[in-house]
Amino acid sequence: MACLQGHWGRSLVLNEYDRLKRDVVEHYPSPVPAPHLSHLRALESESIHIIREAVAESENPVLLFSGGKDSALVLRLAMKAFWPARLPFPVMHVDTGHNFDEVIEFRDRTIAELEIDLIVASVEEAIGQGRVTEETGPRASRNRLQTETLLNAIDKHRFDVVFGGARRDEEKARAKERVFSFRDEFGQWDPKNQRPELWALYNGRHRNGEHIRVFPISNWTEMDVWQYIEEEEIDLPAVYFSHRRRVFERDGMLMAESPYLTLLDGERVFEAVVRFRTVGDMTCTGGFESTASSVQDIIEEVSASRITERGASRADDRTADAAMEDRKREGYF
Amino acid sequence: MTELVRIATTGSVDDGKSTLIGRLLFDSKQIFQDQLEAVEDASRKRGTDYIDLALLTDGLRAEREQGITIDVAYRYFATPKRKFVLADTPGHIQYTRNMVTGSSTANIALILVDARQGILEQTRRHSFLASLLGVPHLILCVNKMDLVDWSQERFDEVVEEFLQFARRLDISDLRFVPVSALEGDNVVQQSQNMPWYHGPTVLEMLEGIHIGSDQNLIDVRFPVQYVIRPQLRDYQDFRGYAGKVAGGLIKRGDEVMVLPSGFSTRVRSIETYEGQLEEAAPPMSIVITLEDDIDVSRGDMICRPNNQPHASQDIDSMLAWMSEGSSLEVGAKYAIKHTTRWGRAMVKDLQYRLDVNTLHRDESAHMLALNEIGRVRLRSTNPFFFDGYRRNRDSGSFILVDERTNVTVAAGMITGQS
Repeated sequence: MACLQGHWGRSLVLNEYDRLKRDVVEHYPSPVPAPHLSHLRALESESIHIIREAVAESENPVLLFSGGKDSALVLRLAMKAFWPARLPFPVMHVDTGHNFDEVIEFRDRTIAELEIDLIVASVEEAIGQGRVTEETGPRASRNRLQTETLLNAIDKHRFDVVFGGARRDEEKARAKERVFSFRDEFGQWDPKNQRPELWALYNGRHRNGEHIRVFPISNWTEMDVWQYIEEEEIDLPAVYFSHRRRVFERDGMLMAESPYLTLLDGERVFEAVVRFRTVGDMTCTGGFESTASSVQDIIEEVSASRITERGASRADDRTADAAMEDRKREGYF
Repeated sequence: MTELVRIATTGSVDDGKSTLIGRLLFDSKQIFQDQLEAVEDASRKRGTDYIDLALLTDGLRAEREQGITIDVAYRYFATPKRKFVLADTPGHIQYTRNMVTGSSTANIALILVDARQGILEQTRRHSFLASLLGVPHLILCVNKMDLVDWSQERFDEVVEEFLQFARRLDISDLRFVPVSALEGDNVVQQSQNMPWYHGPTVLEMLEGIHIGSDQNLIDVRFPVQYVIRPQLRDYQDFRGYAGKVAGGLIKRGDEVMVLPSGFSTRVRSIETYEGQLEEAAPPMSIVITLEDDIDVSRGDMICRPNNQPHASQDIDSMLAWMSEGSSLEVGAKYAIKHTTRWGRAMVKDLQYRLDVNTLHRDESAHMLALNEIGRVRLRSTNPFFFDGYRRNRDSGSFILVDERTNVTVAAGMITGQS
């Protein structure tokens, strides 16, 4: 940037390092310019560093894998972090039993291809064992029951690091969460009492029974994720792309017709060309009309969109302005 | 190709910092309809007659209730040239801790002053902290120009006042811009009200500042993070050292030395998932393999034989205390993490406590409490391999952790070392 006039651009104190750089430039024939990293490669490098750091400092890590695009991304980054070795930890799916078939098919195919271990923590099973109680009514959802099921599984398998695909751009409470996020023995998050996190010096120390949630893609935005998926040709479940489906309208979203959802008065099922921006539990994941059938199309659609992905497709975040903060405090991912 | 740039902003509610950020996000079209509606809703509930853009960033329930920003909040926006990670930190004195955190990784610090008030104590504190944390570029936004009749004279006064103070700091690149965050003048769009200003807007500065030289490309520093031994048929003898380049350019064939063992060997290959590389630079995460089979483990430092970091058990630093529950005392022991290496360290000496507002050194101080900064000498159980913070932010920084609570209690910047 040229410094033209006025006060701006005035270089004040030449610090020690600048002087030193200058000396080197003068005394050595050609300091090679650094290989320039694109923002995606810079984010990738940061994420790989985080994943390696968490694994190096834990006994028993696990990666939460929902089959969604963010967990598919974290899985790819984790594969890269330990290549050419195999993934040194299993993945875990917290399964509400209300899944899109395409997502389960994708999950099983991915696990088989990469030869990694899958643990399924089943909400269905937890209900059967009486550890959690199913909500009732036409708007019943198992979304909240996931928290208890997840915490039980962490406890049972004695996981001390749990990787998640949460991003800070998703939601305001997440914008303030650390990359290494400490959870007490009840799995709770205390937003006012978080460990300072500086430079790339992560503190993963914890006692028995406590664990650390680690979010390697904290600094990625939805757009970054899609651009990277395009560059890397990462495979995704088919529900992300435009397809014909029987749906009905609720709260401004198009919900997929399924055995898990009961129609309310005035709701009727019709066929539409839709896609989904997130692929969670079918009872709280809404779709919208879209003809985007490739990652390229989706990138164009996302850049033109004026609504966040959570606003567009997550009924669970609509309940209160602080809905996510409340669920996170209890131990939600 | 889009570059990743990290920004730290500091200021208090009254400076209009949140408004500036809201404006940057809003005018660069990074705010979504549902977010805007939520903010409009909240503004109405609070009875403000304009859209309070501060509500976009203050996400926790307590923050909205009290109208304050509690913690570092990360925000993201992008232009075709750059992608920005913005660490937004509150400016109250009790939040020095957050400011230190937000500045630790920043390329650019954005500091706001109110044109009517000029340089306040907190402006000095923020600028000092940005300089202490080695933020390479600082932009001073003289805000609320609409309230001083868009006066060039007033702008020049504020700039002059700041320069008087900034001479005492170590800031290598300093820029000034007159803005009105509320009206949007010189934030994204050029101001029509200040024809006397011909410089770039805030966003143009953020897009234009050259950050390529912010990293140390001279001293090869590679802290070993993880040893990769695949034990697979195709990679039976593979032994790779994973890590993130913390300094210098590492090239295939380079002669390197491993610390603490002191063994020298050559780089056989630089490996990534995508294939081999000829060279690697900060901040790339890579795996390197070595010509000779020597013992290397996590926490070791790979460097060049003719360019080694300091190896010492005595570490002099500027230390920022970050814990509410305890204070730094001479004689106390802590866990210390530097690059990928952990150890234990004892506080040998507190030379002085620094008043972050006046830069006065209090040599009679015998402890550091929350948000206090002092010059401290530590003695560690094992040698650490480090550089001065001014020379390399990665190999010149460390944290202290309370061994009973596991809480991070302090952040240290290593001073020029004997």
